[in-house]
Amino acid sequence: MTGRDCDMTAYNGAMTRRLFERTQVLFDLIRNRFEWKLFETPAQPWKSGASAPRKLASRELGFSPCIAAILFVLMSSFVAHAQVTFERILNSNKEPQNWLTYSGDYTGRRFSSLDQVNAANAHSLAAKWVYQTGATGKIETTPLVIDGILYATAQDDRAFALDARTGRPIWMYQYPVPTDIRPCCGHVNRGLAILGDKVFLGTLDAHVVALDAKTGNVVWNETAADYRKGYSFTVAPLAVKNLIVIGVSGGEYGIRGFIDAYDATTGERKWRFYTVPAPGEPGHETWEGDSWKVGGAPAWNTGTYDAATNQIFWPTGNPSPSNRGEGRAGDNLYSNTLLALDADTGKLNWHFQFTKHDEHDWDATQLPVILDAGGKHLIAQANRNGYFYVLDRTIGKLISASPYGKTTWSDGKDAEGRPIANKAASPTLEGHTVCPGALGTTNFMAPTYDPQTSLFYVTARDQCDIFSTAPQPYEAGHAYYGSAYFPSEEAEPYRGFLKAIDPLTGEIKWKFEHTSPTWSGVLSTAGGLVFTGDAEGNFIALDAPTGKPLWHFQMGGAVYAAPMAFAIDGKEYLAIAAGSALYAFALP
Amino acid sequence: MRPSIPLLRGRGALAILVMALAVVCFAADDHNPYANDPKAAKAGEFQFRINCALCHGLGAHGGGRGPDLTRAHKKHTHNDAEMFQVISNGIPGTVMPANGTNGQGVGMTDEEIWQIITYIRSVEVKAPANASGNADHGKQLFYGDANCSLCHAVDGKGGRVGPDLSGVGGSRTREAIIDSVRNPSRRLAWGLTESTKEFPQEYETITVVTADGKEIKGVALNEDNFSVQMMDSSEQIYLLEKDKLRSFKKSRESFMPVYTPNLLSDKDLDDVVAFLLSVGAK
Repeated sequence: MTGRDCDMTAYNGAMTRRLFERTQVLFDLIRNRFEWKLFETPAQPWKSGASAPRKLASRELGFSPCIAAILFVLMSSFVAHAQVTFERILNSNKEPQNWLTYSGDYTGRRFSSLDQVNAANAHSLAAKWVYQTGATGKIETTPLVIDGILYATAQDDRAFALDARTGRPIWMYQYPVPTDIRPCCGHVNRGLAILGDKVFLGTLDAHVVALDAKTGNVVWNETAADYRKGYSFTVAPLAVKNLIVIGVSGGEYGIRGFIDAYDATTGERKWRFYTVPAPGEPGHETWEGDSWKVGGAPAWNTGTYDAATNQIFWPTGNPSPSNRGEGRAGDNLYSNTLLALDADTGKLNWHFQFTKHDEHDWDATQLPVILDAGGKHLIAQANRNGYFYVLDRTIGKLISASPYGKTTWSDGKDAEGRPIANKAASPTLEGHTVCPGALGTTNFMAPTYDPQTSLFYVTARDQCDIFSTAPQPYEAGHAYYGSAYFPSEEAEPYRGFLKAIDPLTGEIKWKFEHTSPTWSGVLSTAGGLVFTGDAEGNFIALDAPTGKPLWHFQMGGAVYAAPMAFAIDGKEYLAIAAGSALYAFALP
Repeated sequence: MRPSIPLLRGRGALAILVMALAVVCFAADDHNPYANDPKAAKAGEFQFRINCALCHGLGAHGGGRGPDLTRAHKKHTHNDAEMFQVISNGIPGTVMPANGTNGQGVGMTDEEIWQIITYIRSVEVKAPANASGNADHGKQLFYGDANCSLCHAVDGKGGRVGPDLSGVGGSRTREAIIDSVRNPSRRLAWGLTESTKEFPQEYETITVVTADGKEIKGVALNEDNFSVQMMDSSEQIYLLEKDKLRSFKKSRESFMPVYTPNLLSDKDLDDVVAFLLSVGAK
């Protein structure tokens, strides 16, 4: 801690000295916007639909007498753009140069309609800048980009804002993380939400913090739960209307999971949905005795939002203890479930439980992706248990469940079509092998849905583990697994893939095998490309229809983050974190 | 006032006693408060499964990458206090991670660490593990007739194509070493995650044909989807881009020959293992 504090002091000192320079950067940023809009007509800055530059950027306008009027319009357009409103996020397809939520928009598709970088020119992509975060461990962040400023997070609850064209920092914030936290899986953070003039950070000690987007100064800081009992936030929050929605982590500690919504302006908590029902609430009967009190069901990945039905779709994780079902007989609602919550009240509209009474730590926290196909309003999830699920998102009815990786735990389906566990899948004292392993066929890595190819792309892993029970008493704040899992010495080495799934049929259209399994997310773009990273440190562009690799760059560190795309000055950039750094790429 | 003085003295003495007990029981990480407590050993067994069995195997008998902890002699610890330090802080230069840093678990409390130590003590076998075998003869075989040193080095002497075996006697069970000699392909050096890989490389066998038609066979030093770095049997290093090769083949059939009992008798193998165990225990 001392070292870090020391670094921060030096950093802040340097920042103060560079105050003038920084202001200059902002002025430059504004001036460049104007100059570009007035005097340049980029060949195709982004796909048609981004009308603003077309209307305003015509060189033919020249210096006509109406320049003052144009300047006024530009000025007001810039000021308007400084605030990220709910309407802007709703209509994020109108500003593909920006990346406004963790997944790019409310659908969770991670599809960018930028098409300047395409299958024909991807081979000439080059690194434009690298930002070293100075943090060690896994960076799982997806940056946001709004009007030329990039906002992202790094380990230990750092947040920062960069000039997205140059990678030069504008501000940096370090949350004071308590020294006695014990998060299960690293001091990670997956990103920020933005709304109005604030960015929002969930912290490792279960606080929600609002930062001034222009300075990184704290605006409000609310405590959601007691970190000493194992509660934490690693998730990127989701801004909906004037609410900041966030789900808790701690499935390894016997927490009682919840999803919260905070007033973005004041920090006041507006609603909380407990993912484990209390006595008297529907679903409580799915828990044995008092097991609900420590039932887990965390909600540690970002959900999606459907404005047409005003529903937030949020997935939940494993029941606790994660690998031992004894003592919590029943389905254990709402663990491993997709929840459809009313955005205004947090009331449950419908739910679908993927894995009932889970004993393998198969959190269903993977991103639920909103898509429309075959005339239906769907929501799709590539689940950690090895099945790809498609549901009707209006009513939560299962449409299909198809395996997309190696699975051995189910050989039958229930009346609804849900794969059900065979008896032999339960962990035993001696231990026995089940596929997928505890890490799952996929995990937190974000998938993408490309409406141009109508394919769902997801990082997948083939791995089997030995699951063995290890009874453990509950003690607040202590690990509460109830079991151990480890790979079989005899098992095959793990294999990792990027798979392209047809959501209508469940068919795997192509797969690209990685040298070893990766934790990278995926991005698709209108340039006909899919981007992903690998454990060996490569950032890779693939041809979206065929999976053929077209370009790669060695970043020198394993990838645990997901790529995203943005544009400045009519130039498309791809950004991804790897090792301890954030990288941006563009055509020369 | 007076009557209360003896009482105060009594309280003072009690306080001192309590403090002394506290020092003995809890202060400093040098005494196991659960030593020989069978209940703690049972709790420790479950903690062991959750936190340690990944490498050290169920029952602490060792695995492909963690030493057999049922051996009374341990390379890095001589008592409970040192074992507590090793579990808490890891062992630098080895894959033994510090508590809570292996990416698999949440880390243990001090109490849980002591329970694990109690468990390990409860399963220790007092007899030496390397009773059989003549280490001196094993050394002669290693550097001579058995040809081990053509590919493997011990203490800086020997080949570079295969893994350095200086530490293998300390980190692997006797059975695991024998199995690696008799069935070298069964288990290459692959790790579970980056942090638990025993060797930085996996020793997969690579066969390539270069653009000019030259065939090269060797072990992978490193590889990704686009390039491979490999060493052939004459210890020549090749740095190759995959898309420039005529063919690329990777196999988990080990580059090491299978040592059948005809090639190396059970008795001679025992001697080689005794040599490796004697070096590894240092």
